[in-house]
Amino acid sequence: MENSPAEPPAIDVSSLRVVRGGKEILPDLSLAVPRGAVVGLLGPSGAGKSTLIRAIVGAQIIAGGTVTVLGHEAGSPPIRARVGYVTQAPSIYLDLTVRENVAYFASLVGAAADTVPHTINAVGLADQTDQLAGTLSGGQLTRASLAAALVGHPEVLILDEPTVGLDPAIRNDLWALFRRFAEAGTTIVVSSHVMDEAVRCDRLVFIRDGRVLADGTLAEILAETGAEDAERAFLTLAGRSAA
Amino acid sequence: MNPRLTATTARRILQQFRRDKRTIGLLMFVPIILLTLLWWMFGDTPDPATGQPLFDPLGAKIMGLFPMILMFIITSVSTLRERTSGTMERLMASPLRRGDVVMGYAVAFGIVAVIQGTLLVLFSVYALQLDIQGSTPALVLVIVLDALLGTALGLAASSLARTEFQAVQMMPAVILPQLLIAGLFMPREAMPRALEIISNALPMSYSIDAINDLVAGDTGDIWPEVGILLAFIVGSLLLGVLTLRRRTE
Repeated sequence: MENSPAEPPAIDVSSLRVVRGGKEILPDLSLAVPRGAVVGLLGPSGAGKSTLIRAIVGAQIIAGGTVTVLGHEAGSPPIRARVGYVTQAPSIYLDLTVRENVAYFASLVGAAADTVPHTINAVGLADQTDQLAGTLSGGQLTRASLAAALVGHPEVLILDEPTVGLDPAIRNDLWALFRRFAEAGTTIVVSSHVMDEAVRCDRLVFIRDGRVLADGTLAEILAETGAEDAERAFLTLAGRSAA
Repeated sequence: MNPRLTATTARRILQQFRRDKRTIGLLMFVPIILLTLLWWMFGDTPDPATGQPLFDPLGAKIMGLFPMILMFIITSVSTLRERTSGTMERLMASPLRRGDVVMGYAVAFGIVAVIQGTLLVLFSVYALQLDIQGSTPALVLVIVLDALLGTALGLAASSLARTEFQAVQMMPAVILPQLLIAGLFMPREAMPRALEIISNALPMSYSIDAINDLVAGDTGDIWPEVGILLAFIVGSLLLGVLTLRRRTE
């Protein structure tokens, strides 16, 4: 997790301002994500997590500031094959099978054909390989959508609420999978509104009303707030910022 | 644009299309059934000017509308669905270029259009005995171009729609005005001058002009109109690329 000065952060967000529908969603947000870390982006629904994530993948029109990923402008051509993105709603083709979906996304990033079955196995959908995505359960669909992003072995993986509504056992498996990717060097940003996922992350970013409340390891944040878990630390910080 | 990415996208769209048997059936057979209705009405009615069945000029002129309308709807709804389901956002974050997405759709539905147009002309000529003076392959060409034009216009128009309701409404907005003043109901020269000028700027007019040439037996005269139709197709595809947004609000 050490961030050598020679190596810029995987993601560098500086003074990001986003306005949607006349409303300022992110007024002035700065953030750095070190390479190889699993960073949890935690905050309530409506905090601006998805907007931040869309800015990091280059899908969001921004009103000011800069977002740099792997040393390039977010969403610019040199990094598109190196960044994997899983949208909040599972977004794959419901009228294609799991295999066809994953194979299509593999071909977009130029991944070898044999990575397709490996990735499907890794997310635990081997038995559903030839099933139409539209007939999968909610949790299976989430994992199929995840497989479509993992298949290119991206250097940066951006996951918008990937574990929402999943069976705890599957959630556990997915976190183990994220950990394996992180150990292989992938930088992972995971958003969640479930505070108990904090213990799974190397670093946490608390976000509320478009502002960063805290950015550090769980231990640092707990020490700073004197709270005993992430949820209470969040409440303490939210209370302070309101005061 | 990258030919490999365009091809892989076209293949994916055809894979999806292949699963939807009912849509395939509707696309291939509805134009045939509609033309058969027309034949039923006008197959025995002689044209007072030529003594030929009225179905011959009428059927040839109307034939191109059905593929154009159907392909327009299919294309605009599928691309809109891609945007609303979140897959477009994902594609836009991937190495795929905007041109690859538009050309992927154009190639995939272009293949469908060729099959649909060919089937329709062959059925009309051999089963319904549609008799035109000009060449049958040239008629196939014009009808297929009509279907391709529907696809290209659908790609361009879908960027203006935010919901499937709006996407479906684009058909009457974009296609029906062209249909009314393309020379189907009244020769374009006989229309008020202003309407004639407007119709000069609309692609469907050139499709009807080309078919008029074919009905009259002047196959050699269709090439300027074919060229103009191709230019409209290319122009609409470019418009489709330009209106596709990588970043959205």
